[in-house]
Amino acid sequence: MSAILRADRPLFEGADWDFALIDRVHEAVERVGLGELGLSIYPNQIEVISTEQMLDAYSSVGMPLFYKHWSFGKHFARNEAMYRAGMQGLAYEIVINSNPCISYIMEENTAVMQTLVIAHAAFGHNHFFKNNYLFQQWTDADGILDYLEFAKTYIAQCEERYGETAVEHLLDAAHALMTHGVHRFPRRRPADLRSEERRARERREHEERVFNDLWRTVPGKEKAAEDKTAEERRRALLELPQENILYFMEKTAPRLQPWQREILRIVRQVAQYFYPQSQTKLMNEGCATYVHYRIMTRLHETGQLTDGAMMEFLKSHTNVVFQPEYDDPRYSGINPYALGFAMMEDISRICREPTAEDHNWFPAIAGAGDEMAVLRDVWANYRDESFVLQFLSPRLIRHFGLFNVVDDANESELRVQAIHDERGYRRIQQALARQYDVAWTAPDIQVVDVNLATDRRLVLHHRALNRVLLDEKDARLVLQHLADLWGYDVVMKEIDPGTDGVLKEHAASPRPGILQAL
Amino acid sequence: MHIVDRRLNPGGKNLANRQRFMRRAKSLIRKAVHDSAANRSIKDADQGGEVALPTHGMHEPSFRRASGSGIREHLLPGNKRYIEGDTIPRPEDGGGGSGSEGSPDGEGQDDFRFALSRDEFVELFLEDLELPDLAKRKVTDAEAVSWQRAGYAVSGSPANLAVMRTVRNGMSRRIALKRPKADEIARLAAEIEALEANPAHDEDPAIRTRLAELRAEHTRLQRKLSLIPYIDPLDVRYRRFDPVPKPVAQAVMFCLMDVSGSMTEHMKDLAKRFYALLYIFLRRRYKNVDVVFIRHTHVASEVDEDTFFHSPETGGTVVSTALDEMRRVVKDRYDPAVWNIYAAQASDGDNTASDNERTARMLTEDILPVCQYYAYLEVGRDAEHFPPGFMRRDSDLWQTYTAVQRSGAPLAMRKVTHRRDIYPVFRELFQKRPAGAEATA
Repeated sequence: MSAILRADRPLFEGADWDFALIDRVHEAVERVGLGELGLSIYPNQIEVISTEQMLDAYSSVGMPLFYKHWSFGKHFARNEAMYRAGMQGLAYEIVINSNPCISYIMEENTAVMQTLVIAHAAFGHNHFFKNNYLFQQWTDADGILDYLEFAKTYIAQCEERYGETAVEHLLDAAHALMTHGVHRFPRRRPADLRSEERRARERREHEERVFNDLWRTVPGKEKAAEDKTAEERRRALLELPQENILYFMEKTAPRLQPWQREILRIVRQVAQYFYPQSQTKLMNEGCATYVHYRIMTRLHETGQLTDGAMMEFLKSHTNVVFQPEYDDPRYSGINPYALGFAMMEDISRICREPTAEDHNWFPAIAGAGDEMAVLRDVWANYRDESFVLQFLSPRLIRHFGLFNVVDDANESELRVQAIHDERGYRRIQQALARQYDVAWTAPDIQVVDVNLATDRRLVLHHRALNRVLLDEKDARLVLQHLADLWGYDVVMKEIDPGTDGVLKEHAASPRPGILQAL
Repeated sequence: MHIVDRRLNPGGKNLANRQRFMRRAKSLIRKAVHDSAANRSIKDADQGGEVALPTHGMHEPSFRRASGSGIREHLLPGNKRYIEGDTIPRPEDGGGGSGSEGSPDGEGQDDFRFALSRDEFVELFLEDLELPDLAKRKVTDAEAVSWQRAGYAVSGSPANLAVMRTVRNGMSRRIALKRPKADEIARLAAEIEALEANPAHDEDPAIRTRLAELRAEHTRLQRKLSLIPYIDPLDVRYRRFDPVPKPVAQAVMFCLMDVSGSMTEHMKDLAKRFYALLYIFLRRRYKNVDVVFIRHTHVASEVDEDTFFHSPETGGTVVSTALDEMRRVVKDRYDPAVWNIYAAQASDGDNTASDNERTARMLTEDILPVCQYYAYLEVGRDAEHFPPGFMRRDSDLWQTYTAVQRSGAPLAMRKVTHRRDIYPVFRELFQKRPAGAEATA
């Protein structure tokens, strides 16, 4: 980077673009992104779409093909109405975690915006999708589009065969439980024969190595009564307790038809596919924003962007990373673009120009020099919660003026628990990390028991963290769906984890003829 | 890197979802449409547009935490004055935190505006309504005939050759008659050639007999091949089209109105609303809808819409003049064989006493026979002007028409006094009814 080669002329002047230009822009962005930032990405596929198609994509969770359900029509209608009324702009892009990585760009965008979008989505998000461990663990970028194609066709066939209403009821129920249709921990993969064999050999070698006949003579304990009770065996067979309710329904619900189980599975797979995205919103946007900022700046330095283009870019960039304060009417939570970008910038500052405080807080990366290597490592190995816990620096806490307020329903006033001072930094880190922690934000609901011998009643527990109960109206509706799926009575107890006392109880009985054959 | 231009893909990908949504929310949307239709002006009554739907009807529930219980924490940016241990009074809305906590995602409490297309709007608006006597007029003359596919024929023009069917017939015939295949003959020829290439083929008796056999077989197959053609005239099929008479797709709507001094603006407004509804309704069924405005006092004339509704006129009231005028217009321009004729008459019910009989006669003899439907709307003043329980005497025209109707003529009559009655009356007049039921009250 010693000599900056200045381009003879900028990539474009003016707002118009054509496909040849997109090609040139992609090439220029690629040179910076792969060459200087060292990104590693899936091959790109850039698709130009119109406004209506963007609204379409919005309503079906951004996926290019999806099964049919009325709720997507509802979202479409809402988005369209908001857009037409000018109350809501459209995103400049949508990007899909697939291989090749598909980015949608809108035809209305100017050439600058297209450059920005390519840098942001086709390089920033793309790199994150490919490298972050959560995505690697939970999503199959190669197969997702094929799977969705299968899902769409399968559900359409079911609609033809069993009627739209039957499928609709089932999807309603499945969607209501979608938030509780993910495995939060990777399950053990069945080992293949080869590694099984290798492990058996290693075990044998180990036994041979440590064999000592003397051990045989040591008097052992009385053989503990290790016969599991029938009760325990039953629970183990049903894999109870089970927090993936949809999975439990798919595998265990006694009265579902095979096609109904398959559809539950489809909804579950989709939920699982999006599971990493909800945990990495902050990092994902931070990564993409940082990448586009670096690339655009570089293109400008090398004369490939005109000053005017740079001004246009900076305008929309600053809009995106704007964080209103809590008393601002525009405030609606912490902007992941703003915080994410600020944290990435902060990390690269710590790498290059650390202060004494940074040396104290981040000994591992302070003054490390190569900020891209550090960032690439961060992007690969963290999720929002651990990222904040690890890298939210005191400097940023001061910059944003973050403070933590506790709202106890039993007290008449809210209390400020921590602010941006020495005593508060750690606590603010923790509080913010918890906001991004799905284990903390999503209610902990598990299937704990089912009485197969008598009335087949399904029992669920909600361990009410901090005694925050479920929204009663919604809980009743969801429980009704659950009862329809299960086919017998369902009861849910809200438990105070401190005392194990029952705070509240909900129950539902299946409605005949909704999902189960009469 | 690939660039794909998706803009040319067929749009409306979301149509199926939209339809599912509309079906689901139908009762809500229908109610919203009716409310909205009541508030809008006549001219854009059929323009489609936005309706507000309450969100709760299509709520998608999920397990989520309720606000206002337990202990919750908020992390907020922009601290300017608080230090640790400060207390803040709880905000009124109970939403927790200070300042404006945005409501959690996707949980807007307000109604959401939902835009309907013109077709959807009209469809919902006029759902369950039916045009009376729609099937009455069909024409069989050549002009209004459409052609429809009707199987296959053995004769026809070359342009209509059904290639697939012809080839299929040919193939089954060839299989049935065992037409030798080309490669079978080629194989024989190759074998013969191979034997002939053998220098000893003249001497060796075994080869000679074999060769003779092969040649005989070859000739036999060749002969058979030339006898059984690949495609026989027998196989040829043509696509067949049958003429189907098409119902006349045009309608004319006659608006007859009494504009004498006794008709107030309020009454005219009621009439106008009724006409507007009728127009929308007809537009749904017919490609062309002509509207003819005939106003009358003691004389009648055909006028344009603006004059019809707004130009004041004075004079007596002779209803038969309007019927006369209508008859003339029908005779001049709208042949009942080609046009579906609908008429709607609005009046306050006054008529010159001596004219009643003539009106009744004209109606039964001249007008009703050519009409698909004749609706009479008696507009009155707002009901609240009359003391409750006070029964008005039926008007002259009402009595006359009741007599006509009693004799079994297809005449629909209603009284309307307030704007809000228009739509129910309209619905009532055009409701789907079981076959054979009388179309009038």
